[in-house]
Amino acid sequence: MSKLFSRTDQSVFGHWWWTVDRGLLAAYVALVAFGVVLVTAASPPVAERIGLNEFHFIKRHLVVLVPSVILTFGISLLSPRNVWRFSSLMLIGSILALVYVLFVGTEIKGAQRWIPVLGFSLQPSEFVKPAFAVSAAWLIARQKETSGFAGGRIAAGLFGLIVLLLLLQPDLGMTVVTSCIYGAIIFMAGFPLWIVGIMVVAGAVGLVGSYFIFHHVQSRIDRFLDPSSGDSYQVQKSLEAFQNGGLFGTGPGQGTVKLSLPDAHADFIFAVAGEELGFLVTATLVSIFAFILLRGFNRIMDSNQMFIVLATGGLLTMLGTQALVHMGSSVSLLPAKGMTLPFISYGGSSLLSVSITMGMILALTRRQAKQTIAKGSTIRKKRLKAESV
Amino acid sequence: MNRLPSFKRKSFRIQGARNEALDVARGRVVLVSACFALAYILVVARVFDLSVIRGRLYNTGEPTEIVEMTAQEQAYRGDILDRNGVILATSLETASLYADPKLIIEPTETAKALARIFPDLAYGDILKSLQKGGRFVWLKRNLTPAEQYDVLQIGDPGLGFKTGRRRIYPNGDLAAHFVGYTDVDGRGLAGVERSFNTYLAAGEQPLVMTLDVRMQHILRREIVKAVENFTAKGGAGVIMDVTNGEVLAAVSYPDFDPHNLDVKNDAAMFNRLSLGTYEMGSTFKIFSTAAVLELAGAEMSDKYDAREPLQAGRFKINDYHAEKRVLTLPEVFMYSSNIGSALMGQKVGTEALKAFYKDLGLMDKIKLEIDEVGRPILPAVWRDVNTLTASYGHGIAVTPLQMVAAAASVVGDGTLVKPTLIKNNDELLTQKGHTDEPVIRIVSPQTAHRMRQLMRLVVTDGTGGNADVKGYRVGGKTGTAEKNINGRYDRKKLISSFLGFFPMEAPRYAVFVMVDEPKGNKKSYGYATAGWVAAPAVGKVVESMAPMVGIEPVMAAPEEDLSASLKRYVKTEEEIKAEKAVQNASY
Repeated sequence: MSKLFSRTDQSVFGHWWWTVDRGLLAAYVALVAFGVVLVTAASPPVAERIGLNEFHFIKRHLVVLVPSVILTFGISLLSPRNVWRFSSLMLIGSILALVYVLFVGTEIKGAQRWIPVLGFSLQPSEFVKPAFAVSAAWLIARQKETSGFAGGRIAAGLFGLIVLLLLLQPDLGMTVVTSCIYGAIIFMAGFPLWIVGIMVVAGAVGLVGSYFIFHHVQSRIDRFLDPSSGDSYQVQKSLEAFQNGGLFGTGPGQGTVKLSLPDAHADFIFAVAGEELGFLVTATLVSIFAFILLRGFNRIMDSNQMFIVLATGGLLTMLGTQALVHMGSSVSLLPAKGMTLPFISYGGSSLLSVSITMGMILALTRRQAKQTIAKGSTIRKKRLKAESV
Repeated sequence: MNRLPSFKRKSFRIQGARNEALDVARGRVVLVSACFALAYILVVARVFDLSVIRGRLYNTGEPTEIVEMTAQEQAYRGDILDRNGVILATSLETASLYADPKLIIEPTETAKALARIFPDLAYGDILKSLQKGGRFVWLKRNLTPAEQYDVLQIGDPGLGFKTGRRRIYPNGDLAAHFVGYTDVDGRGLAGVERSFNTYLAAGEQPLVMTLDVRMQHILRREIVKAVENFTAKGGAGVIMDVTNGEVLAAVSYPDFDPHNLDVKNDAAMFNRLSLGTYEMGSTFKIFSTAAVLELAGAEMSDKYDAREPLQAGRFKINDYHAEKRVLTLPEVFMYSSNIGSALMGQKVGTEALKAFYKDLGLMDKIKLEIDEVGRPILPAVWRDVNTLTASYGHGIAVTPLQMVAAAASVVGDGTLVKPTLIKNNDELLTQKGHTDEPVIRIVSPQTAHRMRQLMRLVVTDGTGGNADVKGYRVGGKTGTAEKNINGRYDRKKLISSFLGFFPMEAPRYAVFVMVDEPKGNKKSYGYATAGWVAAPAVGKVVESMAPMVGIEPVMAAPEEDLSASLKRYVKTEEEIKAEKAVQNASY
């Protein structure tokens, strides 16, 4: 036991423990705990309303949570190279699944997004995001190191293919997140600002286009800009939830707004947090997300591998954007867009996907031996010293 | 081995470029972090704004504002009370059910459940309401607490309640025409509910009417009985305090339940007492007799030749209870001789009679605190023949209430009586324009006294015998008028009425009963005239109400009766027989 946590422990777990970023790990555990509490509080009325057992969603959340945690841990053990290998496989698998879902997917609420697997509905679009982030990062990093390798173009092609598949479902939320990931990666990769500028303009044009192409998008944006133009009931209820909550909240399980929010356990779980836990705890929750982002970005500042910088940056952008869209919708800072809150919302695919993402972030941010002597290295340097003595 | 390539030029270049690229990447990572940090700070600020600054727990301004708004919207409508404080109309808080179709989760299930709770609502109609567009649709007004509980059990978030106030009339149809009713939004539509709408809506003080529910009940009971016994179309009646014009009871029958209106039922909705105008018939002889006594210096001993019908233009005036002899003034009144009354009118003269009627308020729409007041119907051109017919109550149609007030002016202290439905309340009286008006003298006290004697005589010896109540000295006048149907008087369609006063030596109360188109029955030997239809009803009313209002019965000998001094002008049956025998002998 003492050996397990000793610094000289060179076993797989011991090595992991001393190299992994324990701050990120703690934040991750805290979010998972928040998630269990909030799903437990928010889901019974939703389950009852659609005629299910009141513990239905809680049970399923826990059933998915166990493999998710194991997955996070397992992936966080991987080396950066293996992270890349793993995500390449996942990218191929999820792109095939995205094609498959177009033809035989289960249609739920007007979109074909789901594939039934073992009693759960898997949503391939959730898995394509982290896989794409890592793959695109590798392709672009590789181009920087090997001249003549057209990684950037391949990444752009992949991006186009994925966006096309997502829009065919249609799944605008995922498209926006994927675009943000890609934008962040090429931005960090040092692409000239005018290219990034073009990307932003293209994104804006895309959004305006979707405003005209997809009726539901149009009405949602109209309602965001002018709440009186239509049904802004969910957002209205969500705002009410925060007002009910006040500084300290009504207490877990004591909220009432979830009774009239159809997606209280998923797309509006932040509102349940606002009502039942109050401002102080909700602010803490936001801070934990912010902590994960800043800690992660801070961590990659030290890295001298372009792949790690881009991949981690892309993955963090994915988590950060998803959380931001979810919270922004709940407090009416953004147009209502159904998006889960990473680690907290109910939703099997979403939870698995963000767990994989977190596993990859943990794996990529583990302390690595520096490849250049000039900058020095933490462990290898010590070890070298020890050897030289 | 590993190091060797880095010493090559290309390797150096790549190494340098790599570091340069990494530096750019680090710079941009800082930018991305900054953006995220900023966005998250914004989210926290927004949550703070919602939860704390606009939060319910800390900001009490908004909710109280809402409470005030609803309070203003649903202001308490004032009660209407009778003279003794019995509630005639009040407002109760009730919940009304509405739906927000957008929020209805299970329209079919909810509609089924609602149809079970409210049998009067059809499932199909509810479903239609629940599925239509818009955000608001009324489903059911004024639920009982039990119904509200059942609706809450459905638990559909699309169903909601608005608390409102419902107007309740604890006495139901008792005085429905005069109390009136309101629409669903609480606006008065009839009776004092309408005319005092602003006052009641302010809700500061109750409105006190002059009505007395006990009197109201007695009068209505007797009118309903008379209408039913004589299978009549309807009836009306009033009990009035002669000294101040306060209406203690006012009935128009058939009436209606103000909670459950059937506005298409004209017969029930129509106010016969103050809005309907009728040719009242012989009760008008009170006015022509008073006029001849007051204005033409007539004496009780004056004689009127009623042997032959009176020819007036193309009309022929006949007597119903024809005596076919020369009658004294009291005889004309007690036998209700049309010929005699017409002769009296002739003696007074057209202009004087018109002026007298005008003073009595029979020629104009009277002032009353409700809007349902009829305007008298007068001859287009008043010729001398109209004077003759108006003397016995034909050719002029007035509201029954108006006539009772006019008669009260003649038999009371001789000053004008103004009917009122609202108990003395200075604020209200000024509001309705009833300021202290000067006392208007109509007849001298002597004329008033003679009129009392004459009316008592009608009951002791004349047509109104059925109205007598032992000890309570009822006096009055019968009135049987043929209804004018399309310009022709129909002998079968009568308005039979009796206007009584008691106690007759100093009249305090006027009791009037009118029955519309009564049909004779066995008990009345087939008669449908006032003496058989209305007079007994008035008698019953007096009998029931006199002990209640504290009038003491006086058992006096016939020779002490008010009418005793008139007896010498009235020929007894023996005298009439003897006279007839003399006449026959002389032929």
